[in-house]
Amino acid sequence: MKKKALKKLLSLVIVLTVAVALCACGGDKSTDEAAGAEGAEESAGEAGQADAADNNSSQAGEPTTGGSVTVGMTQDLVSLDPHVISDAGTRSVVFNLYEGLVKPTTDGELVPAVASDYEISSDAKVYTFTLRDGITFHDGSEVTVEDVKYSIERYAEIYGESSALSIILEEVVADSENNTVELHLTEGNSELLPELTLAIIPASNEDPAGNPIGTGPFQYVSYTPGQNLVISRYDGYWNAERKAYLDEVTFKFLADVETAYMELQAGTLDILDYLTTDQVATLADGYYVAEGSMNMVQALFLNSGSGPLADARVRQALNYAVDTQSINDFLFGGKSKKIGTHMLTSMAQYYNADTENVYSYDPQRAMELLADAGYADGFDLTITVPSSYSQHVSTAEIIVENLRAVNINAQIELVEWNTWLTEVYMGGEFESTVIAFDGTLAPSDWLERFCSDSAENFMHYSNEEFDALYEKAYSAVDQEEKSQYYKEAEMILAEDAANVYIQEPADFVGIRDELAGYSFYPAAAYDMSVIYYKSAE
Amino acid sequence: MKYVLKKVITLIITLLCISAITFGAFSVIPGDAAVSKLGVNASPQQVEELREEMGLNDPIPVRYLSWLSGAVRGDFGDSYQYDNTTVASLLADRLPVTALLAAMSFLMILALSLPLGILSARFSGKWPDIGINLATQVVMAIPSFFLGIILTYVFGLVLHWFQPGQFVQPWEDLGACLGYLAFPAAAVALPKIAMVVKFLRGSVLAEMQKDYVRTAYSRGNTKGMVLYRHVLRNAFIPVITFLALVIAEILAGSIIVEQVFSVPGVGRLLITAILNRDYPVVQAVVMYVTALVVVINFLVDLLYQAVDPRIKTSG
Amino acid sequence: MKRWNYSLLAGCILSGAVLALALVGQFWTPYDPTAMDASVRNAAPSLAHLCGTDNFGRDIFSRIMNGAFTTCFVAICTVLIGAVGGTLVGAVTGYFGGPLDNVVMRVNDVLLSFPSVLLALVLVSLMGPGTANIIAALGILFIPSFARIVRGEYLRLKNQDFVWSARIMGAGNLRIMFVHILPNLFVSMLTTAAVGFNNAVLAEASMSYLGLGVQPPETSLGRMLYEAQTYLFNAPWYAIFPGVTIIIIVLGFSLISEGLRERESRG
Repeated sequence: MKKKALKKLLSLVIVLTVAVALCACGGDKSTDEAAGAEGAEESAGEAGQADAADNNSSQAGEPTTGGSVTVGMTQDLVSLDPHVISDAGTRSVVFNLYEGLVKPTTDGELVPAVASDYEISSDAKVYTFTLRDGITFHDGSEVTVEDVKYSIERYAEIYGESSALSIILEEVVADSENNTVELHLTEGNSELLPELTLAIIPASNEDPAGNPIGTGPFQYVSYTPGQNLVISRYDGYWNAERKAYLDEVTFKFLADVETAYMELQAGTLDILDYLTTDQVATLADGYYVAEGSMNMVQALFLNSGSGPLADARVRQALNYAVDTQSINDFLFGGKSKKIGTHMLTSMAQYYNADTENVYSYDPQRAMELLADAGYADGFDLTITVPSSYSQHVSTAEIIVENLRAVNINAQIELVEWNTWLTEVYMGGEFESTVIAFDGTLAPSDWLERFCSDSAENFMHYSNEEFDALYEKAYSAVDQEEKSQYYKEAEMILAEDAANVYIQEPADFVGIRDELAGYSFYPAAAYDMSVIYYKSAE
Repeated sequence: MKYVLKKVITLIITLLCISAITFGAFSVIPGDAAVSKLGVNASPQQVEELREEMGLNDPIPVRYLSWLSGAVRGDFGDSYQYDNTTVASLLADRLPVTALLAAMSFLMILALSLPLGILSARFSGKWPDIGINLATQVVMAIPSFFLGIILTYVFGLVLHWFQPGQFVQPWEDLGACLGYLAFPAAAVALPKIAMVVKFLRGSVLAEMQKDYVRTAYSRGNTKGMVLYRHVLRNAFIPVITFLALVIAEILAGSIIVEQVFSVPGVGRLLITAILNRDYPVVQAVVMYVTALVVVINFLVDLLYQAVDPRIKTSG
Repeated sequence: MKRWNYSLLAGCILSGAVLALALVGQFWTPYDPTAMDASVRNAAPSLAHLCGTDNFGRDIFSRIMNGAFTTCFVAICTVLIGAVGGTLVGAVTGYFGGPLDNVVMRVNDVLLSFPSVLLALVLVSLMGPGTANIIAALGILFIPSFARIVRGEYLRLKNQDFVWSARIMGAGNLRIMFVHILPNLFVSMLTTAAVGFNNAVLAEASMSYLGLGVQPPETSLGRMLYEAQTYLFNAPWYAIFPGVTIIIIVLGFSLISEGLRERESRG
């Protein structure tokens, strides 16, 4: 269990680290007005915002093949070995080099990649993958079922207990006759597909980290730690229609967010993500902004284990009292997605959109609920926030104001990131905290932490009904049934007011005007294969 | 010679003391470097391995000595915050920038404060003096970072003389780099100019009260002649020490002003390192600045002695 | 005919005005300084909002009243710590002298030759950010400058007649140090305190500006500047008014200390 938690923690740490990009992300008037066009006086607000067009317009323009692009990153890579446990940033980059049996689409669906087809037995104990014909590695060698077997086993060994797959994997059967690979499991599990995005690499490669070879649309050129990673188009890519447009992509590692933004302004970067609304407002000419989601769930997480927050009515009152729309407006120019439960909106199959309407901003209702619960005069509440994430600090500031209106005396306690991890996340010693979580494409990854006995349930949340539904959903094989149960479980989180869900924070990406095609994934992915230079016309 | 030797020994002892104190201070603060590097839930065994690898299990004096032996060779270990990056390479990137910024401010200070100070003293009590006096009084009250903000607003956002945040590294385009640094340099320099002007004026006026000046007057010299031929040479002596203090202040000022203008210098490195608890970096920067201040003081002592041999005895 | 001490007068008016504003702010502000209002975000100064509003639609004038109080509070605490600590160190070393005096003063001189911001940064990085820590860090930093002044005064006074007579009357060292000598230091301490107060205001502002000082939702003038910088283009007034307030405080106190010195030298 420890190791699994470590992996989770690592990804949490890194995602949040990346989210520091939102430093001082005060909502800025000129930005949200750019879309609403309500304020004429602010129209002088620099270039960039006027270009803050929606995602679709970036798809316009005739694609051309060729050219190179430099992408800014505020971190270095953990490893180029795809099976090493790493962070979201690293995974986003190596997404271009490697593919799994299946790979995610921009909608969060999983479609065959190295496999051409797959089948899950009705008891979900056997997964059968048919290898794609003629698919080759970057070194030109053909992918064999042995390579697939090797990759899965290597992954399972490295991940150990931090992966559901490796825990229940009984054996991998490679059948070179039929060109299939069968995964036999010790127990049925219908949610393993997201893990089978694990990279398929050649069994013959002895140094996957130093000489990365995969099947992705780009191949490795060079890696200089602390400097950059260069990749180039792989012309032998199996999907002739989805070959990369660009000849070469450089991921440049920069010391910090400010430096990265400076480089963007100076024109040495072509693409940079996690811009703040203020950076968007002052973006230099020649760039536009694509808006997507950070794929995180931001909430005021509540410790329902003790004190006033143990009473569901009080938690509901908080949900009525916090004006989530104004947080979105203030901090993200209103561009974040509203959420009502612990699931990404982009995981449409599992996301229960009805949860968004369970609460509305209604201080009056909040007061009534508080009075019912015996807290008519309010109570003291501490909000513990990691000080380095000004996005969360600002959110907490607004929440304090909101709560004051319903007589709750909230105080912000700023702690260091390390302290936050030890005391709040690992220790569960807190009253409430503002943070954002990420997760995988497996719905269980998001919801498991609310089970009474989960090791990740730092909120001490406990609801028997939820536990039962989660169990049913997790073990369900039928997709319909599964998503139905998950949606019901999500509704319980909303109605029982497990937390005050705020938003799926918006991600602003600055992109050079000549480029188009940037796509957002609900998973860690900078898909460079879809980016192209627009034809000059 | 004996004087110099004595000063050198004091210099080395001071540096050793300060390095030991900072090292000790950063070693006793709560928080385990191995834990923070691995994440809190790493297995105790992993933590133990990393502790061993990082040498954290050794007693503090042993670690200090190994740190010191590295530091003397310019090796300050690895940064916690940036993977695979040595502190030395971080510093090597940032030092030239800060050095350039400091040099520019110092030149600005020299170029403006000396003439203004002399002018003010020359016309003491008259309108140029009163004007300069008033201006210095106000300028000294402006915090350098606020001055930086004002300069950014006026010259960056309104007049577009420079693009805030678009710093160019000196090795890429020295001209553009200097053009950008002129603004932070001015923000650092202005309050110091006021200080030096005030000090110089005081020093000159004090010197004017002395007997030899009266003698010079009695020989029929004009005020200007007395001032330039006799007084200034003597009045500059205390100013030299003061300028040394100003250099230390320039370094301090640039720490903050670099933040205002997003100049990737040592100051910014220090601030991000503090915010991220990257102690090897903090420690190295502190040692660098300390060494610089101490060495400058040492050089000033020597210079002072050269200008005014009377000091010799009191060393 | 007594000549007016213009510096002292102007200084008292300037700093008095800001201090009065800060004090009033503890009981009454035009608007609730933390109340957010999305309808007037980053609004320019007007009759309704004298200094405009910030990114959360909060009234900047009200926040300055609160922020100035925090800043002055930090500065006063700092100066008090520095004065008390410095007096103890300076009195003991100055009065008794000897090798202890030598060592302590050497350390003192080294500390004084350092830029105070750097030392403050080191202390804050050891203790972590926050109002209490800033007060502690700056307070410690101010000890050496007070110690040096106090030591000088004790050296000067310890051999004077009134000390001798006190000793003959059988007064103990402690009594002589703190009952007989200390009161004579009042004026020089006052000047040092005025200078120290200024340095403390500037240091607090710098620390908070770097994000290492006062933490939200509490506010100080430096913290306001930190927050304002992001909105410099859209709302320059957010930076200008808190900055000008700092200038007024500092200018006021430096005029006061100038005036005090003038008065002293005139006798």
